Amino acid sequence: MTGLQKGLWAAVAVAALGAGGLALFDARSPDTTASAEANAPASVVAEFELTGHNGVARTAEDLRGQWSLVFFGFTNCPDICPTTLAEIAQVMDDLGAQADAVQPLFISVDSERDRPEALAEYVPQFHPSILGLAGTPEQIEAAAASFKIFYERVPEETAPDGYTMGHTSQVFLFDPEGAFVRLYSYGTPAPEITADLRARIDADG
Amino acid sequence: MRPFGIATLVLSLLAAAPPVLADGDDVVIEDAWSRASIGTSRPGVAYMTLRNTGAEPVMVTGMRTDLAMMPMIHATTTDAQGVTRMSHMEEVEIAAGEAVALAPGGLHVMLMDLQRPMVEGESYTLSVIFADGTEASIQVPILGMASRGPAD
Repeated sequence: MTGLQKGLWAAVAVAALGAGGLALFDARSPDTTASAEANAPASVVAEFELTGHNGVARTAEDLRGQWSLVFFGFTNCPDICPTTLAEIAQVMDDLGAQADAVQPLFISVDSERDRPEALAEYVPQFHPSILGLAGTPEQIEAAAASFKIFYERVPEETAPDGYTMGHTSQVFLFDPEGAFVRLYSYGTPAPEITADLRARIDADG
Repeated sequence: MRPFGIATLVLSLLAAAPPVLADGDDVVIEDAWSRASIGTSRPGVAYMTLRNTGAEPVMVTGMRTDLAMMPMIHATTTDAQGVTRMSHMEEVEIAAGEAVALAPGGLHVMLMDLQRPMVEGESYTLSVIFADGTEASIQVPILGMASRGPAD
């Protein structure tokens, strides 16, 4: 064999290993039973007892009277979470005076690292209107069950503290009576969310 | 004769195929940007577009910067239920004439073990390492925490 051929066969072997790795990755994906329920919006209810990044205890009842944009994440998340926080910040800026009718909530699914103090130094950096919510593992579990969201702690050697979190990435909209309205999938551009909210707030009078 | 003929054909194709791993000289790096961090305790992020202007595929095998001890390429994936996860990428291939975007919601450089805070308005040097050991260094501007793209 020439060196070139050896290299090519090595490449074939690497490709085969890569395919095996992908299959392993798929097999590692958790059972989707819990997350599949996220597709049953009718049963989504905002029920929670959590602590705001200002240290004040919050329940879903406190949100009545405003539209709520609820989304989930963790502050050690470098990609998805800051991106969603930045989109929501843009929405709040673009809403102008109508922003008063909307309360965005960032619920951390990482109860181990994200105590209210951690959220206090992180969440308001994106927009002063966004409230970060932290909870004990039990409180987060209960909130996740009511929102029908999925989250998991994934051991990852290369991540800070040896783990990362998988979590539902959609943004949930609730009306001022606390009823679930719709999901915005991850990546929905801010102008689309803003236009949708404007129409709903206007229709609400 | 036929099986032998096919084997010969396959071997000759293998011999004629271009080398799989080209060097990084043909790669143009565009639109690099990072978000500012709060302190150094949480991982930072870098995004960019890697354009392979050459006629052969190029493999990116890592990153290097004095800003972070462990810069790694991660992929964010979102499943049909909207659940996102991150996984470490050992290498990323850029096909000949193609571009690979490291952008929010997909591939990104996760900057772990930050050595100093990432301050808006500053920049840092990041080297992209290719399979043949060559490197391409770029200056990455640090944008505001709520930035959503290189133009913000």
